[in-house]
Amino acid sequence: MKCRVCREPAVIEVRRHNAGFCQGCFLTHCRNQVERVIKEHSMIAPGDRVLVAVSGGKDSLALWDILLRLGYSTDGLYIGLGIEGYSEGSGGYAKRFAAEKGAELLDVDLPRDYGYDVKTGAAADHRVPCSACGLSKRHIFDRAALDGGYDVVATGHNLDDEAAVLLGNVLHWDLAYMARQRPVLPGGDGFPRKVKPLVRLGERETAAYCVLSGIDYQVEECPMSVGNRQLGYKDALNAIEERSPGTKSAFYSGFLERGAELVAHADVDGRESLHPCSKCGAPTTSRETCAFCRLVERATSEQRRRITVGTP
Amino acid sequence: MGGVKVLLRNPRREVEVAGPVGVLPLLNKLGYKREAVLVIVDGALVTGDSTIAEGSEVEIRPVISGGAVEAGAGSPLQQPSSS
Repeated sequence: MKCRVCREPAVIEVRRHNAGFCQGCFLTHCRNQVERVIKEHSMIAPGDRVLVAVSGGKDSLALWDILLRLGYSTDGLYIGLGIEGYSEGSGGYAKRFAAEKGAELLDVDLPRDYGYDVKTGAAADHRVPCSACGLSKRHIFDRAALDGGYDVVATGHNLDDEAAVLLGNVLHWDLAYMARQRPVLPGGDGFPRKVKPLVRLGERETAAYCVLSGIDYQVEECPMSVGNRQLGYKDALNAIEERSPGTKSAFYSGFLERGAELVAHADVDGRESLHPCSKCGAPTTSRETCAFCRLVERATSEQRRRITVGTP
Repeated sequence: MGGVKVLLRNPRREVEVAGPVGVLPLLNKLGYKREAVLVIVDGALVTGDSTIAEGSEVEIRPVISGGAVEAGAGSPLQQPSSS
């Protein structure tokens, strides 16, 4: 297989583009895709300070690398989730990347800074681990962005992530969620702007970007995510993609171009009914404390109870 | 020379297959979808039409990650703080 651009031997094929790329042309292709999506959706304005959500995995490190190369002013934020046998490794990848690039990495650790880990938080708050993780990350990223004076938070959600979420929302006809499935979520009312510059790249491409750029990332899957619903949707989409390359991209981009406006009426984001959390001040629809503060309270009570009764 | 050593992930383990072998037949034999993995031969990425020589060291690297579930698209307001 030859590179579509320069006709040198290809190292990766992107079946939905019916194309192969050599190393150099592939890296350029990825950076061009990200630059295009940032401009198309007005994600980052000149001079904006960007906080990149960094997990140590392929997507967030590829994103940070591309934004740095495109010349954006970025810092990273890594959140240690306290997942035994996993979080130590993921933090190491994030820190080594930042050190190699001479970039600033902020570091929040759930056990150290908030007194709980994801597993305990999930059990105490009666959530699945991925839900407790998502809630914690959203709160901490929002807070760090606002406290640090960042204009925008960039996350590494890729085409596969977005297509899987869309499939889940369609399967449940969840119009309100569909109406808010956009690559840019506006800031204001106590929230930072949030952008997803990787939505044009599949996760096979972000992984290949890291391999071809020499970025070392955590390949191992989070043990808490085993069997989660999103993985099932990705598997189903990949089975379709195998037979019909381009389906995932058509599904997601078609939604943005033609589907989103059909469900826009269902966008009730609840901002008009927000109040500051009585404990941390973050916006919440609750009259008292926000969901994050309630999770922290329940998780730390559980930790205290365990210590008192001497159970591990 | 021996066969072709193949490193698999999640969980990490190693299998050996007879070489030479094509990338796609190898993926089919081991039950992988090509959309879900990268194939790295002796440290270099290869395309699906490549043939892997006997004695090569291969890694089949999964690219699918679960990540934190964000109901809907992950808006701070998609899971309202009161939920």
